[in-house]
Amino acid sequence: NFSSSGPFSVRLIYLSLASVRAAHSLPGKVKIVEVGPRDGLQNEKTIVPTEAKIHLINMLTESGLPVIEATSFVSPKWVPQMADQVEVMNGISKKPGVSYPVLTPNLKGFQAAVSAGASEVAIFGAASELFSKKNINCSVEESLQRFEEVMKAAKEAAVPVRGYVSCVVGCPYEGHVAPEKVAHVAKRLYSMGCYEISLGDTIGVGTPGSMTKMLEAVTKEVPVSALAVHCHDTYGQALANILIALQMGISVVDSSVAGLGGCPYAQGASGNVATEDVVYMLHGLGIQTGVDLSKLMDAGAFICRTLNRKTSSKVAQATCKL
Amino acid sequence: MGNVPTTVKHCLSYKQIIEDYPWLKSWLEEEKIITEHEYPDFVKIVEVGPRDGLQNEKENVPTRVKIQLIDMLSTTGLSVIEATSFVSSKWVPQMADHTDVLRGIQRAPHVRYPVLTPNMQGFQDAVSAGATEVAVFGSASETFSRKNINCSIAESMLRFEEVISAAKDRQIPVRGYVSCALGCPHEGNIDPSKVAEVAKGLYEMGCYEISLGDTIGVGTPGSMFKMLQKVMKDVPIKSLAVHCHDTYGQALPNILTALQMGVSVVDSAVAGLGGCPYAQGSSGNVSTEDVLYMLHGMGIETGVNLDRVIEAGDFICNALDRRTNSKVAQARGRTL
Repeated sequence: NFSSSGPFSVRLIYLSLASVRAAHSLPGKVKIVEVGPRDGLQNEKTIVPTEAKIHLINMLTESGLPVIEATSFVSPKWVPQMADQVEVMNGISKKPGVSYPVLTPNLKGFQAAVSAGASEVAIFGAASELFSKKNINCSVEESLQRFEEVMKAAKEAAVPVRGYVSCVVGCPYEGHVAPEKVAHVAKRLYSMGCYEISLGDTIGVGTPGSMTKMLEAVTKEVPVSALAVHCHDTYGQALANILIALQMGISVVDSSVAGLGGCPYAQGASGNVATEDVVYMLHGLGIQTGVDLSKLMDAGAFICRTLNRKTSSKVAQATCKL
Repeated sequence: MGNVPTTVKHCLSYKQIIEDYPWLKSWLEEEKIITEHEYPDFVKIVEVGPRDGLQNEKENVPTRVKIQLIDMLSTTGLSVIEATSFVSSKWVPQMADHTDVLRGIQRAPHVRYPVLTPNMQGFQDAVSAGATEVAVFGSASETFSRKNINCSIAESMLRFEEVISAAKDRQIPVRGYVSCALGCPHEGNIDPSKVAEVAKGLYEMGCYEISLGDTIGVGTPGSMFKMLQKVMKDVPIKSLAVHCHDTYGQALPNILTALQMGVSVVDSAVAGLGGCPYAQGSSGNVSTEDVLYMLHGMGIETGVNLDRVIEAGDFICNALDRRTNSKVAQARGRTL
């Protein structure tokens, strides 16, 4: 009986595997991390006025979402859509119990975020060397070292940090990405102190096949309760991939209201999975999310009117025409 | 603390653990298998674009375009292509050229071309036009049956019995469809036992395969699971197919759930042709391209060439002057 004897390390393995075994029934609750105002808007061509961003975030708060990624403290030179980061942070009505994480690519961004009132931040690593070089101009290892600075400052300020790993099942430059590389980067971020690691299918090429292999490798290194999936719907695979992840014990899912945010690597193609479609599936499975789908759809309708674009959510398209 | 191995830190490295305790490896390998699902090695795709797809498109498609579409699909590796429907042209004007289509296509060897036959008249016309396989459509919802084909489920089954009997005499295989398997636009929720009852009825009458249709796309993996659990008790799983609509974006996870339960036949439509007549402007059929992408990504064989299906999809979308509903086709067409 391994569970009560043997070295500590062996007992820890047994416990983590037991949780993997039990995970083939679905979680009772799933936490949705709403990335529309940041990841979504960041990839929209039209610049959205600050008041509209604030109104969107407030509507999303009203819908019951527990985590809403509000903005990004990157240089406005690189991401003009996020130039009003400070005004957005100061303008939103923060509901108690709801988190409003912001992206902080480096120490400078972190300091600016904290000054603007951020109480949670996020950092982005990549599982692909080429993607890291092309996206943030340094190797994966160098980016992790940059993040150590942010982690140190965040620990001192008692600010929780979420880690993202991009290109977990495919890279626009490298093609196939080894699951072990993803596990390595996820593990580094987790060991550094990130409370949660969001695994991103950046170009949406993943299928239940590649998702399973990647998650099997990552769950060996990071506890499944600290993992999230961030699926893109570029090839229509997002919901199927999310279902597989749930079956493997994952209970945190990133999504974007109205499926905001196209794919910068496949022009005109879709990007983020729509929160409405995710919530529809989860509720249909009897999984609790705390989200009111009709209020969520109101938020989606609002931002689509503002952007003068059609929603990417199929639920929103279907429901408004019955 | 004593002799604590170096691996016992904040985070354990799996690789390090195996190095420190080599005897653990085989034990851990066994544990790993539990999270894996068993999937069929091969999935048969039933292409319904030329019939179910075009039937629900507003634009009237010229006969030669329909024929060209089917001929293109015949070169993709698909083994079943639903060609047309022998319903009255009064009800479904798009299918008025059924005889010309069936006579005009170049039938590829190893490909079957089933046609819909709602009644004896349709069946006879189909046989005269050279049909070698037919399909009948039942419903799990009484209201839908009455509104769609103007009779109760029981009456429709009697009608089908005639067709199936005539088909048996000519050794023509019959496929059965059950619509509203996961929900009805009029009745709302549908009891899985009703679906099982209709599926069983069609199967026992002699249909070789029963396609369970989520007609308005409202199903989720939750309702798909419950419905299949019930139906599987009465119809062998190898005789079941799923026909999922993507109106709420749920088709692929629903298909995945069906595969996990042992279903190995999936209906789909090239380019996701065919909107939903019950949610105007919304999508209907799931795209064959997107289904293939998922299946191939899972290592499941289909015998179908995805690129050729995308070409056929491009062709019909140009002809219809509309955008494809397939996300794979959209992504492939625009990759930088």
